Amino acid sequence: MPDAPGLELVAAELNKAHPGSVLGTYHDRGQACLIAGPEQIREILAWLRDTPGQEYTFLASVHGVDYLPAEPRFGVHYELLNMARVERLRVRAAVADPGGEQLPEVPSVCDEWPTADHQEREVYDFFGIVFRGHPDLRRILMPEDYVGWPQRRDFPMGGEPVIFTNTEREVPGWYA
Amino acid sequence: MTRSTTAHGRDVVAASSAEVIGTSVLERTDADEQLEPEQELMTINLGPHHPATHGVLRLLVSLQGETVIDLKPIMGYVHTGIEKNCEDKSYWKVIPFVERMDYLSYFFNMEAFVGCVERMLELDIPPRAKYLRVIHMELNRLHSHLVWLGTSALDLGAMSMFFYCFRERDRILDLFEMSTGQRMHTRYFQVGGVFEDIPVGFERKVREFTSEFPSRIDQYEALLTNNEIFLQRTKGVGIVSRERLLELGVTGPLLRAAGEPWDLRKADPYLSYGDFEFNIPVGTVGDGWDRFRCRVQEMRESTRIIEQALDGLPEGPVLANDRKIVLPPRHELSTSMEALIHHFKLVTEGFRVPPGEAYYAIESPRGELGCFVLADGSAKPARVHFRDPSFVNLQSFRDMCVGEYVADLIQNLAMLDPILGGIDR
Repeated sequence: MPDAPGLELVAAELNKAHPGSVLGTYHDRGQACLIAGPEQIREILAWLRDTPGQEYTFLASVHGVDYLPAEPRFGVHYELLNMARVERLRVRAAVADPGGEQLPEVPSVCDEWPTADHQEREVYDFFGIVFRGHPDLRRILMPEDYVGWPQRRDFPMGGEPVIFTNTEREVPGWYA
Repeated sequence: MTRSTTAHGRDVVAASSAEVIGTSVLERTDADEQLEPEQELMTINLGPHHPATHGVLRLLVSLQGETVIDLKPIMGYVHTGIEKNCEDKSYWKVIPFVERMDYLSYFFNMEAFVGCVERMLELDIPPRAKYLRVIHMELNRLHSHLVWLGTSALDLGAMSMFFYCFRERDRILDLFEMSTGQRMHTRYFQVGGVFEDIPVGFERKVREFTSEFPSRIDQYEALLTNNEIFLQRTKGVGIVSRERLLELGVTGPLLRAAGEPWDLRKADPYLSYGDFEFNIPVGTVGDGWDRFRCRVQEMRESTRIIEQALDGLPEGPVLANDRKIVLPPRHELSTSMEALIHHFKLVTEGFRVPPGEAYYAIESPRGELGCFVLADGSAKPARVHFRDPSFVNLQSFRDMCVGEYVADLIQNLAMLDPILGGIDR
């Protein structure tokens, strides 16, 4: 892990290379995280991968988080790993909820980091975050005709209708 | 032979048969060309219940004759919403839940979650607990690799391997039953240590097992290593280059078989792995054979780790002393009022974790098993995510199979060792 001053240096250099790309940083319990705007995420990951001295080449994990009620609401996390130094760095794309029926969008990193393919589909499946440019953005674990984004915090637990033996005659379309 | 059509809005004119062979099957099918029966594309559906899919994995495979030219895995058939359910449970109730994801590496799932919560609490666990966790996790690795070896050999027609492997697997389950009370899904690890100290006689039983197990591995190798059928089915099959595997995020024995000595137990020694002497087996080519050899050698190394951990097992408590977080030991409940109160509070409400987020990765039998936890300051996690190695490793399956025979697909899947409970979560 880069330490707290090291993280600030990375953030400053990134902002010099791509102005306005890093929105914030935090260093918490030994873990370093860069908070980034979603539109610059490809530039940031490419810079962290290709710049000598950084070389976070391995994308270990991509996952989504719903920070409700915080704003911006969603986060897409990219857990980067430098295998030579065994250093991990998290990049969080802070994604705002456009509201209504509209889905938030993030550029896909799938073409340059093929490991993101299944993982971006999983984030889409559970959070309804659209990865622009993903070659095959379909639901991956939920049924393909499923409606709703089940891992969002405002999606109810146990909301699935269950047909009990004593009510099966009243449930439409089930009995006769 | 001259043919002219307007497929894709352009003319496909083939003057000689030599040129026809050069174009792809898809173009030729589009061009209405008469293909030989074995050249026609056929899409078949494998699974979700084909026994050789190692779980409820469905594969859509496009075949040209016997050759795989495209493949798409379809999963989600055993998705049970474990990550969502974890958000509704207090931290210590999540432990038995996450164990049931990858049902062959339950101690690893537990350690990933418990270790992540310990990192968030900045809680250090006693050395004896670390050693006990290592012993159980390495026994679990043996158990997982034995199930893999038995079922994979079965896929290639080696029926007897299945029985030999399950004989030893059962002894490991007996050991788990002795120390934890359960054969699978033990809920033995807790935040702050392990549930109970090992019983009298456990160490002797484990030593009996570890002293005998290397000779059993010799038996497996005697059956398979120089087996002509096994060699022909695995050698040079399913090769994916090390660079491509790294791009695809593949970890674990698959990556090591391709020659990359990456093992989190060595690279980032969590728990007490820094205390032990063991090697990381690596392959050279990265074919099915190397994957087999790597895992078998890993079993030998795991046996060594268990023996060293038993030799160096420190005395002392198995639970951290922070009674605000750790369930008090059973015997304290009848003598200490405070223990009883805290036991009640911990069981009904649970402990609170200060707000923040953490990612904690360990080396499971299949690769990097990462756990991400977001805490909002309450007694329930706001998000639990598992980076399951099978889920990520499965992406390399297409690269392994395209261009090879459909019979090798089964072999590749066996050597990939995916666990669908972990993929679907």
